[in-house]
Formats: sequence, C-alpha cells, structure tokens
Amino acid sequence: MAYDESVDLEQFRAETREWLEENCPPSMRTPMKDDEIVWGGKREKFKNPEAKVWLERMGEKGWTAPEWPAKYGGGGLSREQNRVLQEELRRIKARPALFSFGLWMFGPALLEFGNEEQKLRFIPDIVKGKTRWCQGYSEPGAGSDLADLQTRCEDKGDHYLINGQKVWTSYADKADWIFCLVRTDTSTKHEGISFILFDMESEGVEARPILLISGESPFCETFFTDVKVPKDQLVGEVNGGWQIAKRLLQFERSSISAGGFGGTGGSGILGPEEYAKMHIGTDSEGRLIDGDLRGRITDHKMYAKAFNLTVQRQAEQAKAGQQVGHTASILKYGAAKMNQDRHELLVEALGTEGLGWEGEGFDPAAKKVTRQWLRSKGNSIEGGTSEINLNVISKRVLGLKDHK
Amino acid sequence: MTFLLTEDQEMLRDTAMAFARDELPVTRLRKLRDSGANGVDPDTRQKLAELGFFGVIIPDEPGGEHFGLVGLGQILEAQGRTLAATPVLQTALIAASALQLGGSAEQQAEWLPKIAGGDATFALALDETAHFNPLGVATEAERNGQGYTLNGMKRFVADAHHADMLIVVARTYGEAGDRHGLTLFLVPADAKGVSVQALNSVDSHGAAHITLEDVIVPDSAIIGAVDKGADVLEPVLDRAAMGQAAEMLGSAQAAFDMTLEYLNSRKQFGQLIGSFQALQHRAAKMFTELELTRSCVAAALAAVDEGKDNVAELASLAKAKASELVHLVSNECVQMHGGIGMTDDADPGLYMKRARVQEAMFGSASWHRDRYARLAGY
Repeated sequence: MAYDESVDLEQFRAETREWLEENCPPSMRTPMKDDEIVWGGKREKFKNPEAKVWLERMGEKGWTAPEWPAKYGGGGLSREQNRVLQEELRRIKARPALFSFGLWMFGPALLEFGNEEQKLRFIPDIVKGKTRWCQGYSEPGAGSDLADLQTRCEDKGDHYLINGQKVWTSYADKADWIFCLVRTDTSTKHEGISFILFDMESEGVEARPILLISGESPFCETFFTDVKVPKDQLVGEVNGGWQIAKRLLQFERSSISAGGFGGTGGSGILGPEEYAKMHIGTDSEGRLIDGDLRGRITDHKMYAKAFNLTVQRQAEQAKAGQQVGHTASILKYGAAKMNQDRHELLVEALGTEGLGWEGEGFDPAAKKVTRQWLRSKGNSIEGGTSEINLNVISKRVLGLKDHK
Repeated sequence: MTFLLTEDQEMLRDTAMAFARDELPVTRLRKLRDSGANGVDPDTRQKLAELGFFGVIIPDEPGGEHFGLVGLGQILEAQGRTLAATPVLQTALIAASALQLGGSAEQQAEWLPKIAGGDATFALALDETAHFNPLGVATEAERNGQGYTLNGMKRFVADAHHADMLIVVARTYGEAGDRHGLTLFLVPADAKGVSVQALNSVDSHGAAHITLEDVIVPDSAIIGAVDKGADVLEPVLDRAAMGQAAEMLGSAQAAFDMTLEYLNSRKQFGQLIGSFQALQHRAAKMFTELELTRSCVAAALAAVDEGKDNVAELASLAKAKASELVHLVSNECVQMHGGIGMTDDADPGLYMKRARVQEAMFGSASWHRDRYARLAGY
C-alpha cells in the first residue's frame, strides 16, 4: 500500500510540475508586490493582468483550496498530495493566487457547519475568488467580550430583519458578502447568537472606512438598518452561532500565526541587524557597535527562530495524530509579540530614517517600516487581544479556575 | 521528522522518567546533601549502568546506536525534573562524544566500553576563570621527552570531585584567546601532580578546583590532533550545551508543574490564588516560553543526529532559551509559593539553586546570544 502511494505521489508530482510549468505566468514567479495582491471579488481590479490568469487557472483546478472536496470546487487532494503541490509551488517561487478570508476563515467553518445547499452555493465562488467575504464580529460595545454583541436579528416570518452596528470589519468597503454574528435572543448571552450571511449590496448596509494611526484604512464601521436577509442564509441552528463563531476564531488565529502577520514578502524591507549595521556601524570584528541593541536584536531573532520551530513541531505532531492541545492561542500570542518586537527594533535601528511619513527625503522601504510599525500595534488587539489569549491559555490549557 | 521520537526513544523516555521519579526523587538529593555526600552517589551510578544509560550514544553496545543524542536528551530531561546528581552529562555525553569525535582507535577501544558499562566516569577540565571562555585556556602543556608536562589550574569542574578520568584542555601553542594551539589530554584523576579540591556548591551537586603541577602524560593521551583541540572541543561543547539545555528544560517543567499545583490549591481572600489574573497571565507566559524552548531543545538534539549544518546555531539557541526559561520559572516558583518558597523544607529553593549552576555551565545566556549574533554575521 505504502509503496503504491509513493508511486502515485511521484506521478502526481510529475503532472503537477508539468502543469505549473505551462500555467504559471512568468510574473507570478517573482516576489509578490504589495499592490499586486489579489483579494478577488467583484471589485478586484487585477493591477497585473497575469494575476487574473493565474487565479482563473488555479481556481479552475481548485488548487486555491487544495484539500477541500471537489464537489464544492476544491482540489480534492489528499494531505500528501497537497504537500507535494505546495513543494512544487515553492520550487518555482509561485505567488499565492488568492488572499481571502473566505479561504482562511469562513470556508473551513462553512464546510463544518453549513448545510449541503449552502456549501454548494458559496464554497465554489470562494475557491475561484469570485466572492470576497468580510467578517462581522466586533461591535462598539463588544470587543474582547465578543459574546456581548447586540446587533439584532428578528424573525419576520419569511425573512430576517437586521439592525445594528459592527466595527473593525476588515475591508468591508471592498467585500461582496459578510458572515455576521447577530443576536436572535436577548434573554441570554452566548445561547442567543446566530451566524448569518448576506450580500453587502443589500439595502440598509453601509460601510465607512476608519482612518488608522498608520494612515491606512483597512477596517470599517459597518451599519445595518432594516436589512432583509432570506431565511436560508442562516448557518447552523438559530441561537447556535457561538459554536461556529469560536471555531472560526480558531481558524483566524491559526491563519494569523501561520502567516506571522503581514508577511507578504518582497517588500524590500531588511532585517533590523542590517539597518543597524548600515546606520550605526560595526567594530573590527563585524559586531554591531551598540552592544545593547545588538543583544535585543538577538533576543528577538532567537524568539522568532523558537517560534518558527514550534510551528513546525506542532505541524509534525498534528500530522502524526498527536494531541497538540489549545496551541492556537499560544501561537497567536507569540506571533503578535514577535511582529511587534521586530518593528520596534526596525524603527530603532533606522533612527531618524525610520521616522518619515510621506514625500521625498526618506528611503521608500524605511517609510514602509514606519507605517508597518504603527500597523503592528494592532497585532495584540485584533483576533483576540493578547490578554484574552493569556486568559484562554491559563484557563483552557493550564486549568486555572475562574475568579469568584 | 525532526520533532517526533522513534518508538525506541519513546520507551527510553518512559524508562528514564519512571527511574527519575521512583529512584531519584528530589528527596534523594536532599539526603545526599544532608549526609554530606556532596552529590557523590555510587548506588545511582551502578543503577544507571544497569539500565544502559551510559551507552546511549555509543555504537556497538546493545541497543546503543539508534537512541542518538535525542535519546540521551530524554534521560537528561528526566533527571533535570528531579534535580538528580548523576555523571550522565559529563560521562555519557561529553566524554563519549569527545572520544568518538577525536579519539584514536585504541582510545575508543579502551574507554568506550568502560563508559557504557559505568566502569569509568569523566570530567571535562576546561574553565580557568569564573566565566565560560573555552579559548581563554592558559594551562600549559610543554613537550618533554616522553610526551607532555601539564601545569595549570582549572576552576569549578563539574563531577571532577568524583570522576575517574579528566579530559584536560591545555595550550600547546600560542596564548590565551587563540583558537589554534589547544590540545585535549586524557589524564587519570589520580595521576601524579593532580590535586583535586572538592567544592560545596549551592546546588549540592558539588564540583572541584583542579591543580595540575608537572603532570606527565604520554602522547597516547592526546585526543585529536596537537594544537587542533578546538576542532574536537567545539562540537563537544555544542553537544554539552544541548544536553545541559535538555536537563534545564526538565527542571523548568517540574518547577512550573509544582507552581501550577500550588496556584490550584493555595487559598487567600477565600479564593484559589490561581484565579487571580495577575498570576494567571504570568503562568500563561511561562507556559508559552516552555513550549518555545521545548522546540529549540528538540531541534538542536535532532540536528546532531541528522548531521545538519546548523548545529552550532541551534546549540546556542537551545542553551540561551533554556537558561532564560529556567531562570524565569525558578524565580517565579519561589515568588508564587510566597513565604513557603523561602523555606528550606520546600523544593522551590532547590530548583532555583540548581538553575543558577545550570545557567553558568557551558556558556550563559548572554554568552550564547553573543555567539548567535556572531554566527549570523552582526
């Protein structure tokens, strides 16, 4: 059996290699540029036309979601085949064809909790990048205490009626659809939440971008005023949404920690030790002159190495069927710390060169560092604050008791 | 498969854990301390030999080869949990590695079986100042008619107060600080001119200062090549750092488990103190550090067995992370136990004392951070 499998895998590798050779456009084998990332959806502009071709071809094969079932448009690959596919993609340095909350968060949850009709209706367009999804979770009064959300969803017989406000809705102004947590029962907390899907073009939906300290607006305030939603767009049971919400948060935390925050590559930003060498200098033995900064950079680099080894260890253990426990929270906590430390060190090593905002007179990569440094402050807030993650670790992993 | 144990290694781990728990509990260290044995424990040495723990990385011994350094790491981690004083690190890891990496066929034939059988124990006599500095060796080895004459002083040598053999690092060329010119010598601890001053150390494991006064050794005592001892010493020290890190991981895990148990049993203000968020978050951070360090230690040990080329980098990573971890956890263990943690009757203090010795051996966290940066070119 094992022998046959390996023969099949080698054949799969040969076929995959040939297909990629023919179908991956040349510019898709170069490092990703920040403004050429494809998020899909109706409003996708495809700055690089080859990115459109690449997405269409990958989407057609289902290889944007290699392990999802073929009947929903996924690749239908085994874990081993997917490993081969990823190795071959890395080999030619192929860019990801699609960045998508649908792929990372919503799709996995819908496959687990959706009914057959919903899966057939929504999953294929996620795989092909035709629908861009956003996440309606946080509200002005429900951040870390997410289950306190108040957006109302009333049963009006033949439809639901939604009223309320979400906040920190990533890219709500660019998304086609939203997966949203709403309150269907006001007499109870966690057991009164439902998980519902609707079109962002529905009447009564308004998304307003929020300007952040980084000067960018990736998040929105999103308002719902008498939004009518067909009844077949509620996922799972009425009042059963909290289970789905929590599961989806696990997917979100894992995708954040796997990506290590904002690491799209090709940004032209160097490591803190390189900037320190450049702007501070080295002694005759090549060591950074600022011994204190050198020590802190090393501390950070060791933490990053330990973090990456831990991601690898847990992947191997999971693959071998070993219990890895509630590791998502550990990794989310670690990833936030790692990325924030890195950007603090980058700005420090750059000195005044790292304090530019816009216009001439600053290195473009350094200006990007400045913006990313400000953006990184959100890493310990979004997707569950670091404090909430420490609560989760101490209670669910270490078994410490609640305060009475 | 860097991080998964083989079935044999799993069994070895289980055996080592059970042995440490049943035969080498913390109470045994207390007994050794209170009886004045200063970490010397012939009964345990005998049992370790019977279990085959001395031969784990020595090929041609029954069940030897395939345990590897990963296997030996499991034993050291288990012993670290209970602060056991044993010759495993110095003899089964350091001496066996030095002989396999640099020893002649005759040396290997003579000494490896004795190591595996528990018939000879070793101590690496390296440091001459209060801080780890392998290239700083000044002990002189002067050419004489029959071989070499050694003169010098070695400080705080672990296990040297009971070892049968010493591996002495001496200088045959150049001056302190030079990489070239170091040579390793096998010297019987009872050789003429060797005096051993036993030390009572804070961790109750003991150690010794060694004075070498006109100690005459033959050419056949040299491990590796003359002047090129660093080629053997450096990989040996990398492995020693990993072995020490594995032991520290075990100590940190045990101190953490003890702390968690206390948080879940001690009540103040009518509440379990473990329900206070100030303590919960510190416990959760320690747990995160434990998991990260576990990955570093495992990766380092496996890199040796798999013949990877980043062994030095991973050795420094593992030793630095494990030093920081055991420092943090042992301090928090005392603090979270409150007044109890200050008493000699309770174990937290023993973990803190042992931690400081572990941290200092084979390079402190800052020594390894410096080396890590150097290896990365900045």
